[in-house]
Amino acid sequence: MRKGVMRPGHVQIRVMDIEEAVIHYRDRLGLIDVGRDAQGRAYLKGWTEVDRFSVVLREADEPGMDFMGFKVVSSEVLEQRKQDLLRYGCQVEVIPAGELDGCGERVRFDSPTGHYFELYAEKDQTGKWGVSESNPEAWPEDLKGMRANRFDHCLLYGDDIDGTAALLQNVLGFQLSEQVLDRDGGDMRVAAFLACSMKAHDVALVRHPEKGKFHHASFYLDTWGDVLRAADLISMHDIALDIGPTRHGLTHGQTIYFFDPSGNRNEVFTGGDYTYPDHPVVTWDAQQLGKAIFYHDRQLNENFLGVVT
Amino acid sequence: MRFSVSLGDGGSSFHCGDQQNLLEGMQSFQVGVPLLKLIPVGCRGGGCGVCRIRILSGQFETKKMSRKHVSDQEQAEGVALACRVYPRSDLSIELLSSAENNNNHSERESLS
Ligand code: FES
Ligand SMILES: [Fe+2]
Repeated sequence: MRKGVMRPGHVQIRVMDIEEAVIHYRDRLGLIDVGRDAQGRAYLKGWTEVDRFSVVLREADEPGMDFMGFKVVSSEVLEQRKQDLLRYGCQVEVIPAGELDGCGERVRFDSPTGHYFELYAEKDQTGKWGVSESNPEAWPEDLKGMRANRFDHCLLYGDDIDGTAALLQNVLGFQLSEQVLDRDGGDMRVAAFLACSMKAHDVALVRHPEKGKFHHASFYLDTWGDVLRAADLISMHDIALDIGPTRHGLTHGQTIYFFDPSGNRNEVFTGGDYTYPDHPVVTWDAQQLGKAIFYHDRQLNENFLGVVT
Repeated sequence: MRFSVSLGDGGSSFHCGDQQNLLEGMQSFQVGVPLLKLIPVGCRGGGCGVCRIRILSGQFETKKMSRKHVSDQEQAEGVALACRVYPRSDLSIELLSSAENNNNHSERESLS
């Protein structure tokens, strides 16, 4: 049952060189640069996103993800979910409005996999970039690079993915859309894909011995042609390619993976399945993991499984 | 300038230009043969730690490396991430496995 959590709203990513990172996310992914804050963090967003920002880059000594934030429908819902999180036993911290430029109060909580998530209800709504709200044109002409539409989801690696999935499902109303079970290992769940919307997933979890790891942040493109064009740009700019262009079995998205200059993985993708509340969980067998991850190659790739920040 | 990079095991070596990091040098060493895989390749951005090495001798420069994988003290002792190392003389190196590598290994076994 949905509980007023609307969509992934932001992700704060640690990078080792902020200028290099801004060039990557702005000029290669094609996100819109919306400025810096007093701490020197860089704010960006996909051009179709109505809120002020969705990607925050923070310069640090080690790359990875600081937190992922979800927008909820109202301040009342924010307060209710905060109480629910406290009752569930999470460590909850309230971050005052304005700590992120243009964002209202945030409720940050930890999870059994060691990742930090946040909820918030308010963020400056500056509208889609480059198109009007009335009689809008199809797209703005002066987009850069891959012309990413929006920040779409994150894939996170950690140990107790059952715990984090249960938290997201029971307290925040996420729906388990797809999973991977190890049929020879007592049906241990090795991956969980969760949606708070109609999308195939808004956040995904993969079992991994170490807590709090970041596998990728993903951005949506319009077409398979745009995914191939992204692959061209990756070659033109000598960006470290991970894998693709290909299709996933899980969620059936068409995708390509690459790394930012600090070694954080990015995905751009298009297409994919959808999730209505009455949809049954789609289950993949771990024995078919190759096909589940890379539908064409059907081969596991050590780097994709093991390389994280 | 091109320099020779040899692995501490004695046998294997490759050449690396001074504008290339060691992983780029390794991967572009011989045209027409499969890419050399002397050092594991991951994110190529100093973030994931799979290309962790120790430099036994020689001059080099580094770009910023994740502190999670190379502490201050380790860096002073010649530990580095090969994707962030630019040679300034011939180098002799050895592979180090990152803790994550070992973990991933057991994870993969549990999946198969
Ligand atoms: S390949 Fe990831 S740190 Fe060098
Ligand atoms: Fe993804």
